[in-house]
Amino acid sequence: MDPRVKGIELKLKNVRRIIPIVSGKGGVGKSLISTTLALSLKELGFEVGLLDLDFHGASDHVILNSPISELPDEEKGVIPPVVHGIKFMSIVYYSTDKPTPLRGKEISDALIEILAITRWDQLDFLIIDMPPGLGEQLLDLIRFIPRGEFLIVSTPSPLSVNVVEKLVALLKEGNHRILGIVENMHAGNNLTEEMAERMRIKYLGEIGVCDEIDSLIGEPESIMLSDFGKNLKKVAERIVSGDRPR
Amino acid sequence: MHEWALAEGIIGTAIEYGKENNANEIVKIVIVLGELQDVEQEILEFALTQLKKDTIAKNAELIFEEERAVFRCRNCGYQWNMKQSEKELTEDIREDIHFVPEVVHSFLSCPKCGSRDFEVVKGRGVYIKEMVVR
Repeated sequence: MDPRVKGIELKLKNVRRIIPIVSGKGGVGKSLISTTLALSLKELGFEVGLLDLDFHGASDHVILNSPISELPDEEKGVIPPVVHGIKFMSIVYYSTDKPTPLRGKEISDALIEILAITRWDQLDFLIIDMPPGLGEQLLDLIRFIPRGEFLIVSTPSPLSVNVVEKLVALLKEGNHRILGIVENMHAGNNLTEEMAERMRIKYLGEIGVCDEIDSLIGEPESIMLSDFGKNLKKVAERIVSGDRPR
Repeated sequence: MHEWALAEGIIGTAIEYGKENNANEIVKIVIVLGELQDVEQEILEFALTQLKKDTIAKNAELIFEEERAVFRCRNCGYQWNMKQSEKELTEDIREDIHFVPEVVHSFLSCPKCGSRDFEVVKGRGVYIKEMVVR
């Protein structure tokens, strides 16, 4: 019997809303959207946690310019360090940002372990940055955190829309909650919006191509002031709707 | 003391199992401690003893079994143990592995062919091997 599964439930019991950021397709901006959304919700006055579950491509610490040389404190579990006002957890604290090749079962084990030991305590929102695809992390999350509200990210590329539509179909088939879709790198067509209509999910807004974004990586304050940050804040306001900070 | 988090999971699981089986009491819990995670038995036992108070597991006997870690290379099939990787496993690395055993893949590779594509066959972490309820 795996005692960690029960541990997950206990560790998340005081987290009000859990939002996994998913796409199916890689390179659509999930990490930037996850991180900026977390910072936006913090700006709106909420208690926010950010969990990077993209083990092979962990990059939220780079966006946040978070130091990873020291292990998070432990006290009846692991306490996620506070970075720019949000509680942040990532495998990089333990892998020391070295390449960490993991196969299926190993990914699941690492995910369960991190969820079972991290003490988020009271949070209004836990944002989870997910890897692309319909693999372990997505299936495990559906299994272990059934109350997750999925936020889907796509670009206007037909290649992205095609893959994302399959993800939406999978989530809908399982009756999972979908907050809606955010279109990143919006340019010139309505494929994402049309797909949202076709799949009957909310279109939460578009973010235009932001030429300067790469030069702002590692400077969260500047990201928040950029067009990217401003558009994400509008998305955050739509997600929050009637919620009030604790 | 992240052992406390593991202990919460163990007691929570045991109580849930007991309830599902309409048990009045949990008599025994056998807990396996994998060598790779290197959980301190004393700390875990202390946390379990605190957490089981005032529950149906309050009188449960706690039995601990150690499981040696065994690694097997998926590339060449070579099998090895912790002792053979002792040199690579510095104190800092052991601490990283203590929290998330999978990061062993960041630090170790097969002693024979050098591949990082290996599996932890045994001795990864903590699990409940056996439980007696009545």
